[in-house]
Amino acid sequence: MSAQSETLRQRLETRLAGRVGRLVLAFGELGLEVAAADYEPTLRVLRDAPELAFDQLIDLCGVDYSAYGDGWQGRRFAVVAHLLSLTHNWRLRVRVFAPDDDFPRLPSVTPLWASANWCEREAFDLFGIVFEGHEDLRRILTDYGFVGHPLRKDFPLAGHVEMRYDPEEGRVVYQPVSITPRETAPRVRRNARQETGSGETHD
Amino acid sequence: MTDIRNHTLNFGPQHPAAHGVLRLILEMDGEVIERADPHIGLLHRGTEKLIESRVWAQSVPYMDRLDYVSMLCNEHAYCLAAEKLLGIEIPERARYIRAMMDEVTRILNHLLWIGCHGLDVGAMTMTLYTFREREDLMDVYEAVSGARMHAAYYRIGGVSRDLPDRMPQYETSPWKNAAQVRKMNENRQGSLLDFLEDFTERFPKHHAEYHTLLTDNRVWKQRLVNIGVVSPERAKQLGFTGAMLRGSGVEWDLRKKQPYAAYDKVDFDIPVGVNGDCYDRYLVRMEEMLQSNRVIRQCIAWLRANPGPVMSDDHKVTPPPKAEMKSNMEALIHHFKLFSEGVCVPEGEVYAAIEHPKGEFGIYAISDGANKPYRLKIRAPGFAHLAAMDEMARGHMLADVVTIIGSQDIVFGEIDR
Repeated sequence: MSAQSETLRQRLETRLAGRVGRLVLAFGELGLEVAAADYEPTLRVLRDAPELAFDQLIDLCGVDYSAYGDGWQGRRFAVVAHLLSLTHNWRLRVRVFAPDDDFPRLPSVTPLWASANWCEREAFDLFGIVFEGHEDLRRILTDYGFVGHPLRKDFPLAGHVEMRYDPEEGRVVYQPVSITPRETAPRVRRNARQETGSGETHD
Repeated sequence: MTDIRNHTLNFGPQHPAAHGVLRLILEMDGEVIERADPHIGLLHRGTEKLIESRVWAQSVPYMDRLDYVSMLCNEHAYCLAAEKLLGIEIPERARYIRAMMDEVTRILNHLLWIGCHGLDVGAMTMTLYTFREREDLMDVYEAVSGARMHAAYYRIGGVSRDLPDRMPQYETSPWKNAAQVRKMNENRQGSLLDFLEDFTERFPKHHAEYHTLLTDNRVWKQRLVNIGVVSPERAKQLGFTGAMLRGSGVEWDLRKKQPYAAYDKVDFDIPVGVNGDCYDRYLVRMEEMLQSNRVIRQCIAWLRANPGPVMSDDHKVTPPPKAEMKSNMEALIHHFKLFSEGVCVPEGEVYAAIEHPKGEFGIYAISDGANKPYRLKIRAPGFAHLAAMDEMARGHMLADVVTIIGSQDIVFGEIDR
C-alpha cells in the first residue's frame, strides 16, 4: 500500500503542479488540500487524467472546525471528498475550506460525479454549506421545516425544539426542549500533535 | 374523460414494500414513472452528532443500530478506523473471528434481503424459508455476544471475548417435551464452531432450495429481468458499491482489493453480473452467500487449530483482564483511566472501509487528540444506492419501483443515520 501511495503522490505532484495546496501522507492515506478556487478544476483533473482516474466519488461531507483542538485559527467550514479509483485501486481525500465563515459557499461537483448530489444536500442540511451550481439543494435528513444546521458545533446536542402530541389541539406541536444537557464523560485532550510519522500539521 | 394524465403519487412512509420509512413522491404518466423523489430522514437519529459527544469505546453499540440487519460489519468498520488512528495491531485470532462473523452477518443480511425481496415481488414463501436459516445464525450471534441483533461484540483492539466452548441448548418447558428438546439440541452438543460447521454443511442444500423457488420461476424472471438496468459507467458515476456495482459487471470487492481482517488468507470468488439488471444483482447476492459459506468453513478450520488471545494486550487502549485488575496496581490504573476518561486518540484523520453486505461501508474519523471523535462521518452504501432511485425507476411501471427498492437492499438505519 505504501509503495502505491508513493506512486500516487508522485503522479499528483507532476499532474497538479502548482495547484497542490498541501499533500499529506498520514496513517497510510493521502490527503490533499486545495484552495476553494482550485477545488472544481482539481477534481476534474483527478477524475479525467488517465494516470489518476478517480472514477468514483465515494463520499463527500462537511466538517465544522470551529471547536477543533484548543482554539482553531483557520477557516471554519470545510468539505472533504473521498475519491476512489477502481482502475488503480487507490484512494485520495480532498479537503477544501470555504473562504467565508458566515456564508460558506463552494462550487458543486455534481457535474463531475452524480453521487455528489445527495452528499452535497446532506452537507448543506447538516452544516449549511451552500453548493453553487447544485440543481436541487434541499434539506435531506432533517425534518420538514427544520431550523438550523445540527452538525455545527454551536448546535446543542439535544437540539432546540421537541415534538409532542397535544390532545387539546388534536395535533403534533413543537415546543422548546425539556431535556437538560448532561455530559457523561468530559472531553479531555491529551494526545495533540503525535510525535511520530505523519508530519501532519494544522495551521 | 379529462386529458390530464399526469399525477403525483405518495408512496410511503408507511408502506410494506418501502423497507422501513421511505417516502417516495412519484410523478407518473399513467402507470409510468416520470420522476421519483425519495424523501429520507424519517429515521434520522443524529448518530454522527451523538458520537461526537461520547468517548471512542462508547460508540460501538451505535454502529449496530445503523444497518440493523448487518450489525457486526458496521462495528468492524468503526473498530478498524479507531485502530488505525491508535496504531494498534489486533491478534490474529481476532482477525479470523471478525472475518467469520462478518460472513455470518453477510449471510444473515442476504437471507433477509432475499426474503423481503421475494415478499415484495410476490414470492411469499421465501421469507418462511430464509427465516428458518436466519434463526440458526441469530443463535450464533447470541452465543458469541449475548444479543441476537445488537451484538456490540467487536472492540477497539479485538473482540470482547473468545468464542464459547459450549453452544447454549434448549430446555424442556410446558410447550416442548424432552423428546422434542433432545431433537432440537442434536446439533448443539459441541462448541459454537461445531454448531456453525453443521450449519455450513446444511446451508448449500437450503440454498439450492431457494434457487428452485426463484431462479427459473417465470413470474420472478418477468418481474426482475431488464428492470433497473445500470451500465458499469453509470454505476461508477452514481457511487455504487458492493453487489450493486458487481451486478453491473464491475469486478470490485474490498475483501480482495484492499484486504482487511483475515480476507487475504482465505479463498473465495467474486461473482459478477452481466446485464446490470435486478435479476443479475439477485444472482450475484445469491452466489455471495455460498462464497461466505466457504469463507466461514475456512475460518472455522483455522480457529480450531489456533487458540490464542482475541484482544490486543496494549492496555493503554484495551481493558486489562479482571483478575489482573484485582492484583496489579498498573492494571487497576489502566482500568480506571479507560472506564472514566477513555483513551485519547492521536490527532489525525482516517478513512476505514469494509465490504459490507450492501456495499462499501466507510468510517471517516477526525480526531483532535481528545478522548472523543471530533467528527465521524458514516459512509453508508445504501445512501448512494437510494440516490440513484430516480434514475433507475424512470420509465418503469409503478410495480417495478418495488422491485428496484428490493434490489437495492435498502435499510433505513444506515441511510438516515
